[in-house]
Amino acid sequence: MGVEGIGARVVRKEDKRFITGKGRYVDDIKLLGMTHAHFIRSPHAHAKVKAIDSSAALKMPGVVAVLTGQQLVDDKVGNLICGWAITSKDGSPMKMGAWPAMAPETVRFVGQAVAVVIADSKNLARDAAEAVVVDYEELPAVADVHAAIKAGAPQLHPEAPGNQVYDWVIGDEGATDAAFAKAANVVKLDVTNNRLAPNAMEPRAAIADYDAAEEHFTLYTTSQNPHVARLVLSAFYNIAPEHKLRVIAPDVGGGFGSKIFIYPEEMVALWASKKVGRPVKWTGDRTEAFLTDAHGRDHVTHAEMAFDANNKITGLKVKTYANFGAYMSLFSSSVPTYLYATLLSGQYNIPAIHAEVVGVYTNTTPVDAYRGAGRPEASYLIERLMETAARQLKVDPAQLRRSNFITQFPHQTPVIMAYDTGDFNASLDAAMKAIDYAGFAARKAQAKSQGKLRGIGVSCYIEACGIAPSKAVGSLGAGVGLWESAEVRVNPVGTIEILTGSHSHGQGHETTFCQLVADRLGVPISQVSIVHGDTDKVQFGMGTYGSRSAAVGLTAILKAMEKMESKAKKIAAHALEASEADIVIENGEFKVTGTDKAIALPMVALAAYTAHNLPDGMEPGLKESAFYDPSNFTFPAGTYICELEVDPGTGKTSFVNFVAADDFGRLINPMIVEGQVHGGLVQGIGQALLEHAIYDANGQPVTASFMDYAMPRADDVPSFNLSHTTTLCPGNPLGIKGCGEAGAIGASAAVINAITDAIGKNNLEMPATPDRVWRTIHAA
Amino acid sequence: MSTVKLTVNGKAVAVDVEDRTLLVHVLRDHLNLTGTHVGCDTSQCGACVVHMDGRAVKSCTMLAGQADGASVTTIEGIAKGDELHPMQAAFRDNHGLQCGYCTPGMIMSAIDIVHRHGGQLDEATVRHELEGNICRCTGYHNIVKAVLDAAGRMKVSQAAE
Repeated sequence: MGVEGIGARVVRKEDKRFITGKGRYVDDIKLLGMTHAHFIRSPHAHAKVKAIDSSAALKMPGVVAVLTGQQLVDDKVGNLICGWAITSKDGSPMKMGAWPAMAPETVRFVGQAVAVVIADSKNLARDAAEAVVVDYEELPAVADVHAAIKAGAPQLHPEAPGNQVYDWVIGDEGATDAAFAKAANVVKLDVTNNRLAPNAMEPRAAIADYDAAEEHFTLYTTSQNPHVARLVLSAFYNIAPEHKLRVIAPDVGGGFGSKIFIYPEEMVALWASKKVGRPVKWTGDRTEAFLTDAHGRDHVTHAEMAFDANNKITGLKVKTYANFGAYMSLFSSSVPTYLYATLLSGQYNIPAIHAEVVGVYTNTTPVDAYRGAGRPEASYLIERLMETAARQLKVDPAQLRRSNFITQFPHQTPVIMAYDTGDFNASLDAAMKAIDYAGFAARKAQAKSQGKLRGIGVSCYIEACGIAPSKAVGSLGAGVGLWESAEVRVNPVGTIEILTGSHSHGQGHETTFCQLVADRLGVPISQVSIVHGDTDKVQFGMGTYGSRSAAVGLTAILKAMEKMESKAKKIAAHALEASEADIVIENGEFKVTGTDKAIALPMVALAAYTAHNLPDGMEPGLKESAFYDPSNFTFPAGTYICELEVDPGTGKTSFVNFVAADDFGRLINPMIVEGQVHGGLVQGIGQALLEHAIYDANGQPVTASFMDYAMPRADDVPSFNLSHTTTLCPGNPLGIKGCGEAGAIGASAAVINAITDAIGKNNLEMPATPDRVWRTIHAA
Repeated sequence: MSTVKLTVNGKAVAVDVEDRTLLVHVLRDHLNLTGTHVGCDTSQCGACVVHMDGRAVKSCTMLAGQADGASVTTIEGIAKGDELHPMQAAFRDNHGLQCGYCTPGMIMSAIDIVHRHGGQLDEATVRHELEGNICRCTGYHNIVKAVLDAAGRMKVSQAAE
């Protein structure tokens, strides 16, 4: 692998700027003449906007403009879109309520913008916003899915009677009913998957700069996918044609899904910049993040699993109500459908599955993809069901899983996915060994003698990653292709620039992508640069989400590298008067195999650009590009086991051990992979123990700051014991499966299974706060 | 408006600011020291931590006027030229950062933690002391490793001085 090649624990190239305070995030950027935007947001969950009086604000010093939703309508700026079409079981399309970037008539969640103040400074804009008087007529609101679908509930959108987005089904209902009719045992479970706020540490921000002479916009934005942002802003929002809009996502401080979407604030900043003739900057504060960043999860599910007399699963029935919030965010429709129900087979042979998902509007912040997006909800459900089944059937939970594992690949599930490869026994074995599963009973007894309730919880997750291939997602309703692009530029001096459509916001692409180049060419990674996050530099790309950057993005780089190497070999062969077939690349040199004849990469590159002596008919230059569209999703899988203690007097949970055994296929940089797992695990643990975005019955958010929403902190979580088992992904040449979301997908079930094991009661909702655990222990 | 005089990273500065201006905004907006970040506005996340007269403070929770006359050190001021502070090096070597947004505050808090404990740290103490710094990327595992590693390095570098 070489010291910097694939598989090496290379320290990150990008770190120096972050540890010295030289990172460049959107809010760090200042433009000449820049104004500042402050949004006026609804304090009501549901209301008519009767009038907006900005006359006093406009008289204040430093105020440039107060712009309203009606002006957006007048200027024909498009409504926000949802880019994945879902069809209900009756054949009707999903019911999309109109979502203007600022509400001209009706607000439907607390925090929805109705106007924006543009001023010379942030403080002046904020002061002036206080002077804008908005006359609201409050309407009845509804925040809970069950309340929203009741007859007589307040209605959000005229387009969606009964507040229903869709009623979607997957699987074979007849076959599933037949399996249940013959079942020896049926296990039933109701679970709520709690609503979460993503909370990337960098709040969203945007700077829009309109150049009137060129009729050209530049947008600096906190995006995971700047090219998709440009496409949507151009094609749907009528901001500017693509060649007149440059989108730059510089250093971005975390995303976790929440920075995939194109939000009202970016749209308004662009539009306002043209209107006021100056650059417009908006930087959200943390409360705005809670109110307006798309939330995650929020499912209410009833599920039943059928078993035969040998404890083999014969069928699964699921009905889920998914809370969409007040509007359909960009990929919201796909999350509780194709990213959720298609994973309901878990790691298990389940002959018949039927799932129904009802999407529901409520007067809450829109919900969309958050780390894992649908797959954590599926994994949590299945792994809670398996644990419940083991308790009901009185069998060891690890053994029940093992006896139902899929062991033959490829495996076609009844819910679309075709698992390409895996070894679920290997990861279960590794995790059980790491935690000394066999010794648990003795440890539990020991803890009991000290007055502590000790529990162990297993979670065997699987996910579908890469978020590709284009043809497949297109057939399921996606509005875009989900390939990735790359360009390899070898400069005349032999240094290399890799342009990628992937975007790094913590994942370490500037290091891992260089490692591929080092691996293939034998050059140090210091000679390679990664260029990303700017639509003027990189032609197109689909961005980073769904654990796709290595499996899809890096494979695109590999394809471009192969083309570049092929041309370089021809140049080398010509220079060395050898056959192209005899040229091998080693240590930065092109060698004639079996001889001492060689030419260094910089000389090949120089020859390509001087073009004094190229093979006949060859174009000068050394630059190649590729678009890569994978043939299947990838299927990372693994086992997490959590051992913990509960204090019966307080309900407080303390971790004893947490082990993770993951199969991600080939690892490019194990150090970075481990970091991804650590972070994911803590987001999963955060969901299980701490985090909950709460609304009261009237749609008022109760948790809109870090004072109220419990983020996991260092002393809430343990250190982790990680290991890897490996089956190479057959779907891409590097054998990569992806690692970005696994922790968040698998961890929460392991924690809740462990707590419920400890307290001897199966029903416990997330987050399992000490209060909730204590009440469950002491419930009659 | 008031004039606030500070020594920032060893350099004397004077800035004219509105009385309501927070220290973090003097650093970021007036002095262009954008390594200090704002993450929460409620003194919870610690992305804004700097050192004032050698003590870690949350610069989003102090008026600039409260720092008048003080010596402030930010993330930009802890390396000696190209030589990283041992805490910076330990964060890099232990992969104690991902997106980098919380990192400056983490590093400034961590240096203060090591100083206050005289380098005598264990995992539980580090985790407890980091309670005022939130990271969403790393799950803290490698941050804790980095702080413990740096505590050793700082002891060695102090002994060498």
